[in-house]
Amino acid sequence: MKLKTGTKVVLTSLIAAGALASIPAHAGKTVDAIKARGQVVCGVNTGLAGFSQADSAGNWTGLDADVCKAIAAATLGDANKIKWVPLNAQQRFAALQSGEVDILSRNTTFSLTRDASLGLHVTGVTYYDGQGFMVTTKSKIKDAKQLKGQTVCVQSGTTTEKNLTDFSKANGLNIKPVVFEKVEAATGAYFSGRCVAYTTDASGLASVRNKEAKNPDEHVILPQLISKEPLGPMVRRGDDEWFAIVKWVVHGLLEAEEYGVTQANVDQMKSSTDPVIQRLLGTTEDTGKLLGLDKEWMARAIKAVGNYGEIFEKNVGPKSPLKLPRGANNLWNKGGLMYAYPIR
Amino acid sequence: MSVAPRTPPTKRDWSWRSQAFRGLLYQIIAVVLIGGIAWWLAANTAENMRVRGIKSGFDFLTQPAGFDIGESLTKFDSNDPYWKAFLVGVSNTLRVAILGIILTTILGTLIGVGRFSRNGLVRGLCQAYVELFRNVPVLLQLLMWYLLFTEFLPDVTEAKRIGDIYLSKGGITFPKPIWESGHLFGVAGLLVGAIGAWFYRRWARSKFEATGQIRSMFWVPVAIVLAVGVLGWLAGGAPSQFAVPQKGEFAVEGGGALTPEFMAVLLGLVLYTAAFVAEVVRSGISSVARGQSEAAQALGLSKGQEMQQVLLPQALRVIIPPMTNQFLNLTKNSSLAVAIGYPDVVSISNTALNQTGRAVECIALIMLVYLTTSLLTSFFMNWYNAKSAIKER
Repeated sequence: MKLKTGTKVVLTSLIAAGALASIPAHAGKTVDAIKARGQVVCGVNTGLAGFSQADSAGNWTGLDADVCKAIAAATLGDANKIKWVPLNAQQRFAALQSGEVDILSRNTTFSLTRDASLGLHVTGVTYYDGQGFMVTTKSKIKDAKQLKGQTVCVQSGTTTEKNLTDFSKANGLNIKPVVFEKVEAATGAYFSGRCVAYTTDASGLASVRNKEAKNPDEHVILPQLISKEPLGPMVRRGDDEWFAIVKWVVHGLLEAEEYGVTQANVDQMKSSTDPVIQRLLGTTEDTGKLLGLDKEWMARAIKAVGNYGEIFEKNVGPKSPLKLPRGANNLWNKGGLMYAYPIR
Repeated sequence: MSVAPRTPPTKRDWSWRSQAFRGLLYQIIAVVLIGGIAWWLAANTAENMRVRGIKSGFDFLTQPAGFDIGESLTKFDSNDPYWKAFLVGVSNTLRVAILGIILTTILGTLIGVGRFSRNGLVRGLCQAYVELFRNVPVLLQLLMWYLLFTEFLPDVTEAKRIGDIYLSKGGITFPKPIWESGHLFGVAGLLVGAIGAWFYRRWARSKFEATGQIRSMFWVPVAIVLAVGVLGWLAGGAPSQFAVPQKGEFAVEGGGALTPEFMAVLLGLVLYTAAFVAEVVRSGISSVARGQSEAAQALGLSKGQEMQQVLLPQALRVIIPPMTNQFLNLTKNSSLAVAIGYPDVVSISNTALNQTGRAVECIALIMLVYLTTSLLTSFFMNWYNAKSAIKER
């Protein structure tokens, strides 16, 4: 059954309110619940190529989906023990707050308001993004500042709307936003020509251009980015153990890339003499124990989805359909921002 | 006829055998139960939100909103507070609802009456209209109109020009009179004309009742209002400056504009609801006894007079209550506008909800807005219903 869009938001919020009312104040340990259930419940995007997207067989792929798989592999020992919950932009926080999902891995921007007022925690950044504009090549627009007085299609329930306003105001552009509830409606309106430009995170633009445009060459993504959008998984407040697991799995994936541990060589690497790798894969120190896991936690995660670099290449990198450059998402020692805290 | 007042019971009987006592008891239990459940839900939600560190409360309404709104009747700046953004949303919703109710009533009544036409083609067309529009979900109709506007109209840069009106994917842009103080005389003229028309109708009615002479009760008053209005406008110096839209390099600028979102919402809701209103009108007219229509014909009334003077006034008491439902439906269905990007109160609240994370508060505000408008509508319609009910003497 397809609910009316408006109804859906109301329903989710009511369900959230109801669930908030019924859960006892002393929240149970998320990890215990996950182990009892035998499944990690992962909130993902309803469909964003390269980040989280279901194929016809119901298998979820993408960078955000792989983060969930890594966490499931670390916690439960099996990357397939995941219940996927596709969420739209408005539903996502209510779903996490109410306990409907254990983790929200849904290209969600970290910001002060979200961190401090939603009862949620940001864990670690899995993708450094920035908001950009897509225009038709026909419009001959080369710079975002040429959008003076123009209509721009945007999805509601995102930080995008506010960034657009800030940009418009700072440059005196008087941009007219046309706000849609669903991303499909927003992109549809852009492709039909209702708006001169479509704006969202640059990765999202690449995904839309690649997946939905009839002819991707007729659309250009303007090089100028108007905001900083650090994306990554979020968890509920009040469960520090689970927060730590999610955070350190993300760092573990980065550490694995930095030290050359890949999906293919993870088993051989167990006999490595490098103390960093030995700790990471649990052959000497038991780092997992401190997190309430076993010592193989990171080895399983890497075996399931590969290290961060592999995840990036496979889903969004230059060889994938999205063809996004590594840019800021490269490791810190290769000119990027990805810096793993030491696993020790 | 007068009914003798019942003698009140001399002594109140406070026992289980007393119906009054049992009734009172059940009512108290029901109120306490419902109140208790509501309190429990509210208190528990508030407590759990506090424990989880979710901020709550309506204090965010005075914070600057920080987002722009595509269309607004009043000027809205992104530095304005949230409550102002909500007001813009409410005004956009009301704009669609009020215009929609007026247009729906006119169109629905015409089609409903058309189903009694002696012309088979008109009858058939009216029936086809009703069956077509009431059987397709309204959300699909909205999407279809929106698609028609955005797919088939020319690009903004190649706007089609008809006189001074531009038609494009950006909507309809048209010349708009520039407001000057002289227009105030025109508005005053219209008001004076309306008062004059009211006196004219009073006079015409008393004349009719005294002599049986029929005077136009519609066209003459309309003419009076318009004539005095024009006189006032002339007295004000006949200001006739228009803001004419100009085609710029990237957009059509200046003048008034109707966006495709607004037009799609209005058109979709009006066409959909009119099908139901037509059925309401039809059933109302059918409910008037056949003898009434025969009597009207026997008196030599024309077909139009029969409808206007005999059938519709009697049909109204059947029509008004279900009509209220349709008006309420139209208002509530306007919340679907969010699907096609019209910034109504739901759309604005969604944005506010996401910026602030105050889900419970924002949803409560939406419900409050719709509850208030719906209650006001039914209040007005109930008053009108009481007024047009048959007065039994």
